Amino acid sequence: MGNQNVGKSTFFSRITGLNVVSSNYAGTTVEIKKGRMKLGGKSVEVIDVPGIYHLDAGSKAEEVAVDILKEGDLVINVIDVTNLERNLYLTLQLMEKKIPVVLALNFWNETKRKGIEIDVKKLEEILKVPVVPVVATTGKGIKKLVSKLPKAKAHARKRTDKERWAKVGEIIDSVQKIGKEHYTIPERLKDLSIKPVTGIPIAVLIMAFAFYIVRFIGENLIGCVFEPLFNLYLPVLERLSAYLGSGFVHDILIGALIEGEINFVESMGLLTTGLFVPIVMVLPYVFAFYLILGFLEDSGYLPRLATLMDNIMHKLGMHGLAIIPMLLGLGCNVPGAMSTRILETKRQRFIAITLMAIAVPCMAQIAIVFGLLGEYGINALGIFFMTLFAVWFVLGLLLNRFIRGDSPETFIEIPPYRIPYFKGLVKKLWMRMRSFLTEAIPFVFLGVLVVNVLYVLKIIDFISNITAPIVVNVLGLPKEAVASLVVGFLRKDVAVGMLLPLGLTVKQLIISSVVLTMYFPCIATFVILFKELGLKDTVKSVGIMIALTLLVGGLLNLIL
Amino acid sequence: MKKEIKMEISLLELQAGKEAKIVRLDDGCGFQKKIATLNLRVGKTIKKITTQPLAGPVVLEIDHTKVALGRGMAMKIFVEEKK
Repeated sequence: MGNQNVGKSTFFSRITGLNVVSSNYAGTTVEIKKGRMKLGGKSVEVIDVPGIYHLDAGSKAEEVAVDILKEGDLVINVIDVTNLERNLYLTLQLMEKKIPVVLALNFWNETKRKGIEIDVKKLEEILKVPVVPVVATTGKGIKKLVSKLPKAKAHARKRTDKERWAKVGEIIDSVQKIGKEHYTIPERLKDLSIKPVTGIPIAVLIMAFAFYIVRFIGENLIGCVFEPLFNLYLPVLERLSAYLGSGFVHDILIGALIEGEINFVESMGLLTTGLFVPIVMVLPYVFAFYLILGFLEDSGYLPRLATLMDNIMHKLGMHGLAIIPMLLGLGCNVPGAMSTRILETKRQRFIAITLMAIAVPCMAQIAIVFGLLGEYGINALGIFFMTLFAVWFVLGLLLNRFIRGDSPETFIEIPPYRIPYFKGLVKKLWMRMRSFLTEAIPFVFLGVLVVNVLYVLKIIDFISNITAPIVVNVLGLPKEAVASLVVGFLRKDVAVGMLLPLGLTVKQLIISSVVLTMYFPCIATFVILFKELGLKDTVKSVGIMIALTLLVGGLLNLIL
Repeated sequence: MKKEIKMEISLLELQAGKEAKIVRLDDGCGFQKKIATLNLRVGKTIKKITTQPLAGPVVLEIDHTKVALGRGMAMKIFVEEKK
């Protein structure tokens, strides 16, 4: 347990060997995670708790933490040693709960540079609990801490709020000396990214650069690595195709032959399109995106961006921190929706989730849209992104006006810039890639399978005919496009890919890409939406999506 | 003898780049408790970094940490500028 952004999750991964996502901003961990570690030959359970500042239940996270405390036999209180004073308040409160406590002084490596001197021995004497300096990212000190766990003792002495702060002051005075800070980068330079005059241009540059890098890496990985790889795989499929001849099995595995040949995008077989879409078209972009996101997260830049964006986000009924769900949503809407828990009120969370689900396309979908619209140049892509941005902005303004409840003011800690720890970055990237591979590919397969089954059973024809008046007249799309809307519920990347064989015009491609983003969340996101919002708000949110899709799609059809 | 007059101003009014000591906190216990979590208490010294435009938050530094807080909150924190 400990304050926010003190490195609890990094510490947790260290002692349990489990991989959990950690970043350099408060509120990365929004739920309790459990793992196990060996202690004296026995396996014990370790629980990672979201960051809290005190134990007086106020927010949901605090309630959760207090409840968990009742289950625990021992608390490892992780402390940001560069901020000892305010971290100690929670320590005192924890000790009052009659539960054994061990202190882990994290970020020990930063003390020297910051000119902070702490007398660990003395701190141990005063608190009468084991205190161990650690560096969670590298694992330094962790072994020593684990060896001291059995020595943890419980002390109980009730204090009032005032007495606690007085005690904290007393402790600080006797154990901590603050000398001169040794800056690696001048403080003035660091402030540039938070002062509006310089900060806003810097933010624009960083975002533009991030976008460019993601495209650059994604495109080159596809063109230079993955496509050639699949060209090697093509002869194998051709032989299989010839062997299977024609029939149901061939249709499912290989799919339709386009002009007598296998076409990875259009054939719609499990072994052709089912593998090509997630691995060749989507994976490189997901990789590039999470690589860049990892840098942004671990450097500590995101809370600065949140502060700069706070005024705009307030007009949309949220506050600055809501950019985090939006950015995560660009990777995948599922973690995006989950991270809305960092927002305090139900109203903010409803607005954030709805805006994200309707106007933030996930990387998998963007990758295919790049493939689809990219050849028509920057204009087509520009219209796609600008439309979604306009929807996001205008809907935010409207929701802010019409949804009751309040959105509290910002109150966030801006962590220091840290150079991302390389191994941590790689681990996080690998975890995210793994969850993409294990969670996305089955759904792509399912999507491809469903397409085939629906075609065989003529269900697509049936739905197409029913919805034709809307799709054809309002959106200006051919009724065959309905099939992709059906599949979009399972996987949006496959759905966008299905538009390719239809021979749509640029205008139709733009409209259908926008419609596919907005009309409904994919099933994985929908499940989270339901879990986070409950039935009533989910219905409301989805209602907004469908209505707005028709409106925006119809408008695009008229204007373009 | 020249008597120094100490002015109590709100954090919002404090100029960017200036250091100041917190002398008074408005409002009830809930607010005080909330901001105490980031060590904003009476007697602490802070440095104001900037105020974001368009009713954006105030950014300040306290004990090596930067904090962004809304203007409504900044108006409830009263400080005395350090000379």
